[in-house]
Amino acid sequence: MAEHEETKLVPLPATNFVPERDVDKQPILEARNLGIDFGGLTAVDSFNFAVSPTEIAGLIGPNGAGKTTVFNLLSKVYQPTRGTILLGGSDTMGMTTVQVNRAGVARTFQNIRLFNNLSVEDNIKLGLHNHIKYGMASGILRLPNYWKQEKEARERVGELLSIFGMEHMTQHRAGSLPYGAQRRLEIIRALATGPKVLLLDEPAAGMNPSETAELMENIVKVRDTFQIAIVLIEHDMNLVMGICEGICVLNFGKIIAKGTPSDIQNNPVVIEAYLGRKKEDADDA
Amino acid sequence: MVYGIAKMLNFAHGDVIMVGAYACFFVVTRYELPAVLGVLIAMAVCTLLGVFIERLAYKPLRSAPSLAVLITAIGISYFLQNAAQLLWTSNPKVFRSVVGDASLKLFGGRLSVSVSALVTVAVCIIIMIGLTWFTGKTKMGKAMRACSEDKGAAQLMGINVNATISMTFAIGSALAAIAGVLLCSAYPTLMPTTGSMPGIKAFTAAVFGGIGSIPGAMLGGILLGIIEIFGKAYISTQLSDAIVFVVLIVVLLVKPAGLLGKHVQEKV
Amino acid sequence: MRKLQKHTVNGIFTYALVIVAFVAVQWLIRSGNISSTLRGQLVPICAYVVMAVSLNLTVGVLGELSLGHASFMSVGAFSGVVACMSLSAAIPSDPLRLVVGMAIGAVCAGAAGFLIGIPVLRLNGDYLAIVTLAFGEIIKNLINCLTVGLDSRGLRFGFLKSADALNLGEGGKVIINGPMGISGIPKLSTFTAGFILILVTLFIVMNLVNSRAGRAIMALRDNRIAAESVGIPVTKYKLMAFVTSAALAGSAGTLYAMNFSTIVATKFNFNTSILILVYVVLGGLGNIWGSVIAAVVLTILPEMLRGFNDYRMLIYAIVLIIVMLTTNNARIKSIPAWVRSKLRKGGASNG
Repeated sequence: MAEHEETKLVPLPATNFVPERDVDKQPILEARNLGIDFGGLTAVDSFNFAVSPTEIAGLIGPNGAGKTTVFNLLSKVYQPTRGTILLGGSDTMGMTTVQVNRAGVARTFQNIRLFNNLSVEDNIKLGLHNHIKYGMASGILRLPNYWKQEKEARERVGELLSIFGMEHMTQHRAGSLPYGAQRRLEIIRALATGPKVLLLDEPAAGMNPSETAELMENIVKVRDTFQIAIVLIEHDMNLVMGICEGICVLNFGKIIAKGTPSDIQNNPVVIEAYLGRKKEDADDA
Repeated sequence: MVYGIAKMLNFAHGDVIMVGAYACFFVVTRYELPAVLGVLIAMAVCTLLGVFIERLAYKPLRSAPSLAVLITAIGISYFLQNAAQLLWTSNPKVFRSVVGDASLKLFGGRLSVSVSALVTVAVCIIIMIGLTWFTGKTKMGKAMRACSEDKGAAQLMGINVNATISMTFAIGSALAAIAGVLLCSAYPTLMPTTGSMPGIKAFTAAVFGGIGSIPGAMLGGILLGIIEIFGKAYISTQLSDAIVFVVLIVVLLVKPAGLLGKHVQEKV
Repeated sequence: MRKLQKHTVNGIFTYALVIVAFVAVQWLIRSGNISSTLRGQLVPICAYVVMAVSLNLTVGVLGELSLGHASFMSVGAFSGVVACMSLSAAIPSDPLRLVVGMAIGAVCAGAAGFLIGIPVLRLNGDYLAIVTLAFGEIIKNLINCLTVGLDSRGLRFGFLKSADALNLGEGGKVIINGPMGISGIPKLSTFTAGFILILVTLFIVMNLVNSRAGRAIMALRDNRIAAESVGIPVTKYKLMAFVTSAALAGSAGTLYAMNFSTIVATKFNFNTSILILVYVVLGGLGNIWGSVIAAVVLTILPEMLRGFNDYRMLIYAIVLIIVMLTTNNARIKSIPAWVRSKLRKGGASNG
């Protein structure tokens, strides 16, 4: 401590907008000054973000802004270079994807990652993996516990599938499902792990308007039924503005705006960086 | 090299080496032709063989799972070995070194290096430089690297992927012929099964150095050879292979992509 | 009752297949309608079936290419035989001694699988394949250097020494004699023992695959990142599959070795590993009964081709190539799926 360093004052990460029902509660997921470098290239920097326990939050931004990287950090697919992630108030430093999932973070992937060769039922049972409790020996010897636990799991699979009206698909091979159903299945699988926070990476990608509308209803329904927080990355502005309570806009790895949907829609920086371009995209399409 | 570009384990490679050695053997020993001609003919034979194998067996499987290709390669390896056994019997043939048995005495005879060892090293260096130049500078070479990176994209860029892979096989097989000749100059017995162990070691070398990297394969090959010789000399003859493989495992654990390989992280 | 699930049907079919085959062969033996060469092949066939089914667990179910499966067979063979030969006084009953030998073979091979698995399973794809190949060669080399003897004081081990250096006491005998391997093995293996081992293997593998652990293993094969994201620990399940596979290979090794009077470590080389891999791939990855059939047919095929003399291995190679080329043709490949969909429709209307 030879040199005196000037104390730097850093603004505390503001949760800015909390749905009224969550006002007394501590955020379930909080990122403080999060950042990651890939070989000298800073992909995400100074990312401050908080989600309250039953919030539906949106993470938007142009392509390459670093949204999926944020998800990868939150789900510990990447370990952050800087900053901390708090889950329910406790630090997740050094945790692996598996541990952070058991602690309550579940996610879906932009490019769907199902267990393609397994049935829909097995995919969801894999989501339930840590809730089905019997050992390898009971599995091989088919002890009573095996039958009991498998039966419970099957019932749970049915319940979860019914949320999205997919009960009839139980025995289909996951890889053979139509695109929209695959996306829904991935959400169900993530839900099966019993998360506190659900991260959805472009849940509506490739869906037609009516499917998207149905998805919106379902996301709200999931939040209401399970009382969990949902963070979603999405390019479909109708969906984001329709169901998200708080929105965070990312560009070049940094947050450029946070606020309610109406704040964001009227924010000139956002319009310049994102919505303006999005409009052109829409015109092209 | 074939491995790096076509992304497949070519188990028949060792047997192509064997065929090359036989071809050279017959040209030189039976027909009393000069050694250089023998090597050239061996190269020609192996190139034809390589392309033929590729056309017949691998091309129809280009889009099949890599395991299917692997098994087909094993089938071809069996085929070549057994065909060789029928044609040339399993009796070992004594291979007269193409480069002669003379050795150079250096430092007043304290260090003697056989000419064939020198030629081997020289040929390897020439091949390595040639290949690096070929893949780095020529159009065909660049196409090969493109195919190795991403077949689909290469095809979209107008590269004829099939022709490129065939070409890779041709070159790989021609080099296998040289390897065969050199190998038999060093260990002068030739049998239909001569190729199998070098084939495995060739892979090990390629993996050791980093898949798809030509200097890496070269470095891997040299290091592997040195380790084997020192293992034999100082530790145990019986354990020399084990030592080589232990070193390989240790290297892969420290550097999972081999010595000179690049580690590619899966995109999420 | 609910409509039977697909894997249950598959399971019943596989057991039925094996039992029918066993009964048929027994009947052939009784009536003397079986050639002596084929009869001599019965136990090896059983061992290869177990090898193929267990390798299928690694390659087909876990999805990692292993080129060193024969090394586990080797570990099982040598440890099992040593156990059987040293326990000949303690356990007089031959079948019981064989069972104990197989169990010890399985435990030793499983332990080897565990030790190898920890470093190896960190690697991916072709690198993993090469390293398993390397381990196979290492194990072969190590066993080649091993001498084991038995005397009144118990088992004596030596490494890189001649058998004389073991200093065996009165009445001691050498069991493993370095590169010469083991000779004078009592022939304990019978076709019935092999048949029972196959049933046990099928029971273990099929029940494992259709349980929580098996699902997790298949999830790793299909998508490792997604498996992690739903909280499935990668290393644990990879190791589980690998060790189970190794242990089963170990008991197959004991079975195999107890059928011959001599075995040497070089028998279980790279080519044997490849041979078994061929069974697995031809039988279909992850397809258990396919492995069984492929192992049986491909062991008998070279024998049946004996009439062609020198050409038999050539024909074998050609058959192999042709089968690979045709089975990977999209049109032919779609046939099983088509048949299955027909069957399912039939089953649905019945249920």
